[in-house]
Amino acid sequence: MTDKPTVGLFVTCLADLFRPTVGFAAAKLIEDAGCELHVPMAQTCCGQPAYNSGDRKDARALAEQAIEAFEGFDYVVAPSGSCAAMLKKHYPGLFKGDATWEKRAQAFSAKVYELVSFLTDVMKVEKVESQFAGTVTYHDSCSGLRELGIKAQPRKLLGALPGVTLAEMKDSEVCCGFGGTFCVKYPDISNAIVEKKTATISDTGADVLLAGDIGCLMNMAGKIRREGGKTQVRHVAEVLAGMTDTPPIAGK
Amino acid sequence: MQITTPNFKENATRALNDAPLQKALKNVEIGFIAKRLAAVDALPEFEQLRDNARDIKNHTLAHLDLYLEEYEKKVIASGGHVHFAETAEDARAIILDICRKRNAKTVTKGKSMITEEIGLNDFFEKNGITPVETDLGEYIIQLRGETPSHIIAPAVHLNKDQVEADFRRVHTHLPADRDLTEHEALLNEARLVLRQRYFEADVGITGANFLVAETGSSVIVTNEGNGDLTQTLGKCHVVVASLEKLVPTLNDCSQILRVLARSATGQDMSVYTTFSTGPKRAEDPDGPEEYHVVLLDNGRTAMLGTEFQEMLRCIRCGACMNHCPVYHAVGGHAYGAVYPGPMGAVLTPSLSGIEVGGHLPNASTFCGRCESVCPMRIPLPKMMRHWREREFEKHLTPTAARYGLKFWAFFARRPKLYRAAVSVAMPLLSWLGGSSRRIHSLPLADGWTKHREMPAPEGKTFLQAWAEKQAREAGR
Ligand code: SF4
Repeated sequence: MTDKPTVGLFVTCLADLFRPTVGFAAAKLIEDAGCELHVPMAQTCCGQPAYNSGDRKDARALAEQAIEAFEGFDYVVAPSGSCAAMLKKHYPGLFKGDATWEKRAQAFSAKVYELVSFLTDVMKVEKVESQFAGTVTYHDSCSGLRELGIKAQPRKLLGALPGVTLAEMKDSEVCCGFGGTFCVKYPDISNAIVEKKTATISDTGADVLLAGDIGCLMNMAGKIRREGGKTQVRHVAEVLAGMTDTPPIAGK
Repeated sequence: MQITTPNFKENATRALNDAPLQKALKNVEIGFIAKRLAAVDALPEFEQLRDNARDIKNHTLAHLDLYLEEYEKKVIASGGHVHFAETAEDARAIILDICRKRNAKTVTKGKSMITEEIGLNDFFEKNGITPVETDLGEYIIQLRGETPSHIIAPAVHLNKDQVEADFRRVHTHLPADRDLTEHEALLNEARLVLRQRYFEADVGITGANFLVAETGSSVIVTNEGNGDLTQTLGKCHVVVASLEKLVPTLNDCSQILRVLARSATGQDMSVYTTFSTGPKRAEDPDGPEEYHVVLLDNGRTAMLGTEFQEMLRCIRCGACMNHCPVYHAVGGHAYGAVYPGPMGAVLTPSLSGIEVGGHLPNASTFCGRCESVCPMRIPLPKMMRHWREREFEKHLTPTAARYGLKFWAFFARRPKLYRAAVSVAMPLLSWLGGSSRRIHSLPLADGWTKHREMPAPEGKTFLQAWAEKQAREAGR
């Protein structure tokens, strides 16, 4: 037994399936911050796709599953503002009218943090070890920004890396057009939105685009590649953990 | 108006390919946002004012019956008339009746979204009455036979050269070689043409930004002063407003006014804020002989006590659409309903039914920027989600999406089965990505690959790789 805080890593379905590197990067950052890391095998998805499609029943079932798997830890950390917001802000509402579960959900929600804000706000991490060098630009994904107030935290940790130069894009707070199922339900509108985003990204001249959400990153990376752009795309955790040996998202 | 919301997708695609529209929409994205931000930054208590504004409306909605009664009493005491209209049809009939009694041929109109909601102009024309829009934007779209594409800037979808062409087409009595290159010139020309119409009008119709229970006053805010001329020069002033415009007191009204113009246009106050209380009194130099208020319900009381009640706090400032990436992309007409943007996405299904308005609450990325700027703190994404829930419950969600979701949820709810499935599927998908690490087109994912590459997964899932790593380390 240690007196380190225990952290359950909720890796999120997209990172689990598409970008395991993000899971490993998150694991390293959490351990380096002095926590005891756990990765429950009973995790799948936070249920947001069901929740945002109006399917409360499945959303609730998935919420129960996540709560059961994670409520025993001191903290629950996810490398995604959007999934963390689902766990933290939306779970309790799913159990309205069911006092026992609502209380459980509230207790669970109080433990949930998005990865980077967990490092800076809870573990008071001032700087991380990473040899990464290059010019980066950072996109503020919507849920993390507006539901969890994540804006300064990633910039703080990036700013503390000696090799990193941050080149801010115009309108970094504007949506990239991903929106979960929105991007496949309304592809043309989504495309119009992401086109504006890739233009502001390329204007920065940065080598690497970073953000804290795989969904948004896959959207932007997919568009940049389709346009023939050269900007590399990575999750911010990869850079912070110095794990950039894996090829960038949708790149060689 | 002709509701075309069920064709939202087609409307949107057309809008995306409409070059002049795309040019005009840039103004929304650049102009409104920066101006609002400057106004908000200049007022330290702005966030507190938003809370107050929200609380005032919440209180009013909780006691709507009492305030309505009080308001009606005060209007009558000041010599005016109040008419309750349950539906759009009722409202039209009441207004026509008032106009008929005055034998009205021409009616001037200040800007009013409620008259758009009840389709008043078309109805007037069918009944031999000429409606004259006096707000510049409304005047322009009336000339073009269009509907507003924005709730405070009805002609925001147009560029100056288009307006110039319309003026030249319609104002043929003016010299053909006149110079209309400046915005001012267009405004002056509209003023000149409209000036005469005010005097000819038998009835002047305005909307209301607020109805004050304490005094029985209706309040309008404008930047052109056209509303004032409409309501004072006509012999009869008809206010058409929906019931949720009510506030208890003048003090409440002035608190909300402090967030209204700042959120809308970034002004501290609109140029004109006008309070009307009853008809002309004996000692007044000007004013209408008659003063009527037509109070429209049209589905609003049915929203009370539901998860959509908070929408009734809306003060129609337009900030939500000004900050909406979807609105920026397609403009207001694509929504195919009276109210566009995020507020329209919540209201349209309330007013026209989810069967008709279903696209709109779905056509949102839930980026939440609307809620972050809404002066009344209306949780717009949450209410759009509620509409999606209603749709799902009623089995109105498109079949493919519904089954796709159910199929996915079946696995996601069974972690062991899910693990087995994804540990086969992901390496396969990864292999499809080849050496380029991306997939150019993928069956069942054409919504994605139509416009972008699908990033190839790395191979093994994280949990698979993690478990293997743990096992390796344990075995060492
Ligand atoms: S919903 Fe809010 S932001 Fe949108 S028009 Fe109404 S008050 Fe303004």
